[in-house]
Amino acid sequence: MLKNRIIPCLDVKNGRVVKGINFVELKDAGDPVEQAKIYSDGGADEICFLDITASNENRETIIDIVRKTAKECFVPLTVGGGVRTIQNITDLLLAGADKVSINTAAVNNINFLNEASKKFGSQCIVVAIDAKKVSDNKWEVFTHGGRNKTGIDAVEFAKKVEEYGAGEILLTSMDKDGTKSGYDVDLLKTITNNTNIPVIASGGVGTLDHLYDGIVKGGASAVLAASIFHYGEYKIKDAKEYLNSKNVSVRL
Amino acid sequence: MNVTIVDYQSGNISSVINSFTEVAKGKVNLEVTSDIKKIKSSDKIVLPGQGSFKSCVESLKSINGLVDTLKEFAITNKKPLLGICVGLQMFADIGYEEAETKGLGWISGKVSKIDNQKGKFKLPHIGWNEIEIKKESKIFKDIKNKSHMYFVHSYEFIPEDKSVISATTNYSSIIVCSVERDNLFGTQFHPEKSDKIGLKIIDNFLKL
Repeated sequence: MLKNRIIPCLDVKNGRVVKGINFVELKDAGDPVEQAKIYSDGGADEICFLDITASNENRETIIDIVRKTAKECFVPLTVGGGVRTIQNITDLLLAGADKVSINTAAVNNINFLNEASKKFGSQCIVVAIDAKKVSDNKWEVFTHGGRNKTGIDAVEFAKKVEEYGAGEILLTSMDKDGTKSGYDVDLLKTITNNTNIPVIASGGVGTLDHLYDGIVKGGASAVLAASIFHYGEYKIKDAKEYLNSKNVSVRL
Repeated sequence: MNVTIVDYQSGNISSVINSFTEVAKGKVNLEVTSDIKKIKSSDKIVLPGQGSFKSCVESLKSINGLVDTLKEFAITNKKPLLGICVGLQMFADIGYEEAETKGLGWISGKVSKIDNQKGKFKLPHIGWNEIEIKKESKIFKDIKNKSHMYFVHSYEFIPEDKSVISATTNYSSIIVCSVERDNLFGTQFHPEKSDKIGLKIIDNFLKL
């Protein structure tokens, strides 16, 4: 039986791990390579780096982090943030990433997904969708770390990215991100019911129960969390044991 | 000992290189190349593969003499070769991803899309799944039955001769996830991404 994945996410800015509350007020939580190794040794099913610097001048920094991490961590590594061109993807994959997560570039030009998935295979193309609730059961896609409104319906967009070759969707609720009040389960449920590719839940985890909700109520194939792991509140092992005790199958 | 990871532009092989480098450290001389001479003189070959069946077969065929060299190595001379993911799938006669494409024909069978029961199971099959060991295999030495391995695929290899199957996994149906015949090995899962247990499989292969 396929296990539900737990993915710690490391938000990286200028080479250091940070985690924002609603994307502002960043705190330093350490060295990304060291942190990734701790997670991988602790049983993380995958590791995710999100480069929130994402300016072109600093691309080398994240590539270097990926290169170092990939030599020490032998679980899948996903990298997102500022992935805009085929060359960006090539650089990250050559450095040792297994998947890249594409956000703004997919919104700007959906054909980019087609091109990328044809070249590298769908298995390494994750599309990150940042969605914000606009009315009952309606969500809109945002870009640039939640700053820019696009007018695009999140459900329609999710279906479209699947059609254009995405292998997975990383779905973040902008309303919930950084609040520690749990995933937007309605958003998750709506997207997982309307797509046939795996969905990774993100944004809002504050307790282990939230992970359970993401999988069981939201239908997510994987759950991503940042701060609950960074500040030592919970270990990956705690999360897995908790889920297992509630009959959610995980890799122990 | 010389081990070659065949680099035939089949997509991302960095993780394969990293994991084999980690295990081979100080013990094995590792080469990443498509050079026919080097491949011929190696003791073992790793054949990775990412992307579609069609694109991998085409890349392999685009390198002059490579297919014949691999066949001579693995089939005629029965020297150890490990295919990973699409690297394994290409052992088949035929694959149906993108378009009907002839495979290497080393192990009779076909590669078709996983029946996901009309969307009941998400595809690709991504993540950690348990393997059910079906026969004693040299690369599964000290690997416990029902160990977790990392998978990423939408197509499955269905061999005609079931005796080649060394492990299966369950995802919507029973899927072949490892084969072994003589010194020919293949895994649908990614040992290079399967944490310490995956490194152990790599170690077993290198120790053959």
